[in-house]
Amino acid sequence: MTLRLQARGLACERDDRWLFEDLDLDIRGGEIVRVEGPNGSGKTTLLKILSGQLADYHGELFWNDRPMRQARQAFLENLLYLGHAPGVKAALTPLENLAWYQALAGEAVHEAPRLAALESVGLAGFEDVPAGQLSAGQQRRVALARLELTPRPLWVLDEPFTAIDRHGVAALEERLVVHARSGGCVLVTTHHELKASEELRHVRLGRGGQDAER
Amino acid sequence: MPSADTRMNGSDSKRDNGDRQVTAGEPRGGLTVAVWATLKRDLTLLMRRRSEVLNPLVFFALVITLFPIGISPDPELLATIAPGLLWVAALLAALLSLDSLFRGDYEDGSLEQLLLTPQPLPMLGLAKVAVHWLLTGLPLALMAPVLGIMLALPAGSYLILAFSLALGTASLSLIGAIGAALTVGLSRGGVLLSLLVLPLYIPVLIFGAGAVQAAIMGDGAAAHLAILGALLALSLMLAPWAIAASLRISING
Amino acid sequence: MWAFINKLRSPKWFYAISERLLPWFWVAAAALILVGSVWGLAFAPADYQQGNSFRIIYVHVPAAFLAQSIFVSMAVCGLVYMVWKIKVADMVAAMMAPLGAAMTFISLFSGAVWGVPTWGTWWMWDARLTSMLILFFLYLGVIALRGAFASRDSASRAASVLAMVGVINIPIIKYSVDWWYTLHQPATFTVTGRVGMPMEMWVPLLIMVLGFYSFFIAVTLMRTRSEILRRESNKRWVRDLAGGER
Repeated sequence: MTLRLQARGLACERDDRWLFEDLDLDIRGGEIVRVEGPNGSGKTTLLKILSGQLADYHGELFWNDRPMRQARQAFLENLLYLGHAPGVKAALTPLENLAWYQALAGEAVHEAPRLAALESVGLAGFEDVPAGQLSAGQQRRVALARLELTPRPLWVLDEPFTAIDRHGVAALEERLVVHARSGGCVLVTTHHELKASEELRHVRLGRGGQDAER
Repeated sequence: MPSADTRMNGSDSKRDNGDRQVTAGEPRGGLTVAVWATLKRDLTLLMRRRSEVLNPLVFFALVITLFPIGISPDPELLATIAPGLLWVAALLAALLSLDSLFRGDYEDGSLEQLLLTPQPLPMLGLAKVAVHWLLTGLPLALMAPVLGIMLALPAGSYLILAFSLALGTASLSLIGAIGAALTVGLSRGGVLLSLLVLPLYIPVLIFGAGAVQAAIMGDGAAAHLAILGALLALSLMLAPWAIAASLRISING
Repeated sequence: MWAFINKLRSPKWFYAISERLLPWFWVAAAALILVGSVWGLAFAPADYQQGNSFRIIYVHVPAAFLAQSIFVSMAVCGLVYMVWKIKVADMVAAMMAPLGAAMTFISLFSGAVWGVPTWGTWWMWDARLTSMLILFFLYLGVIALRGAFASRDSASRAASVLAMVGVINIPIIKYSVDWWYTLHQPATFTVTGRVGMPMEMWVPLLIMVLGFYSFFIAVTLMRTRSEILRRESNKRWVRDLAGGER
């Protein structure tokens, strides 16, 4: 079982300002890596670079020891990315939203897994309500249901705790730990202080420097 | 998420994520399912916002109404300019709804998900364009003969009018989608979209209106329709890649 | 050949070599345009049909040639940038666009000026002018698109994509417009298509075309150089250069 996302010498410039320079990262299975830093320090940008959405950076990325250029397809098939915006269409019900994500992930569009996923995020009973009528927290939960629906080894989550209540936060934290313990890995940005655990690691951005502490 | 505990015990074997290294060769039946799901999703979304589907049609009718008022109600005069008027108005109406092709997805975060699937993006983009044509171009084509009556369009050209528009608007959707993809990330992208796309529409306009005019003259419109078909074939081959590249650029900025 | 392409990746190298080439192109441009204009405007024989007004082709035709070839060059630079990530290619493309638009405008204007004695009107929807007008809009589109993005990389890539899409469309547009024109207008005298132009007429024309091209290359090199300085302003070699000149 080799899960390894590596970045070497990563640097990104935005608006004539270097967000980070010469950043090295080594993310392996069984880890929860929390990227932290003040607002505007480039956390989301870093996640977008690592997940292959941004092309404007210096440095090299490697997936399972292969250059990302060659391994991109394999990387995408093992990635689940949840961005700042939940990616939930207001005019569709949670069930319909998840159906599209099921199909995009290449899985057959069966209802039972979707119902189970919605139940696991506490949205049982809301499956057929148009998502526009749900609260922000509930919409975020629809997005989080994808973690159950389409299992993937690598999770890249950008501010996943946004709008989630305390109960949901605790449950999500626990879910991340479970995922790491069963061999997956999590890369997350959040302002929320995660509970300490042996899987947790920090990467701090800001002011042109970065250090990783365990 | 209360059932996290039970999940951990019961379904570790199913979700043995560490071992689940998916290789590219594994058959997953993915593409057809993904394309079909995207088609269905976009169709559902548009059908739930009926007014958005009707707007281009109303615009079409309104613009056609402006011309007799602005020029002259004389049926003979209108008959000579009718093919061009119908084509230009339909073209503008199709252009109108292009801006929202990708914008909704861009704003709610669905677009970045679209770019991260392992499925080929050109095909998924094609699915979205197909829905645009089905719910904009095709209705415009079907409505045009009615407006043709109002413009005293001579007999014998109505079928060609509808057919040329149906064929032509497919190309317009494809070409326009490139512009929509390039401008989706820009705040006032709508006007820029028109500026980018209208010059590229001109060949379709020439042969589309030309087909109708040929039908009126009694010459065969076959050559024009064949060229419209060729333009569509070319657009089908090239536009999906340009659309995909443009979407990736837009998500970048 | 690959070594050459690798050299191109370095704006510094481009800056250095363009410094050496630039004077030659300026001299060539000045000389060729001077000779061409004097010859064409004063010494070439008058056209038997149009008299002296045809002399405008010594401006119109080179401008039209350039308008089209600049767009093609822009698309090629765009392709080079997208495929090989050579920044200089993008800088050159960015600098060429306004010049190409200007050439298109000159071609349209000179075409219109030609129209006055020939057709008695300032504008005529003939195939050539109509295609030029559409080309003008394509240029405006590329320039506007490049300016609309906040991120320079996105702007460059978007402009490259649009230029490539445009260049594929240009022959299609020309063919369509030609077809449209012959359908709607009786076969009259066209602005182009000088069958069997005598040597005294086409030699100065050729000289003017070459002169315009030299001018274009000179201006592009010059503008690219200042763009290089601007984009690379935080690099040491640029700071040294600025420091050294003080």
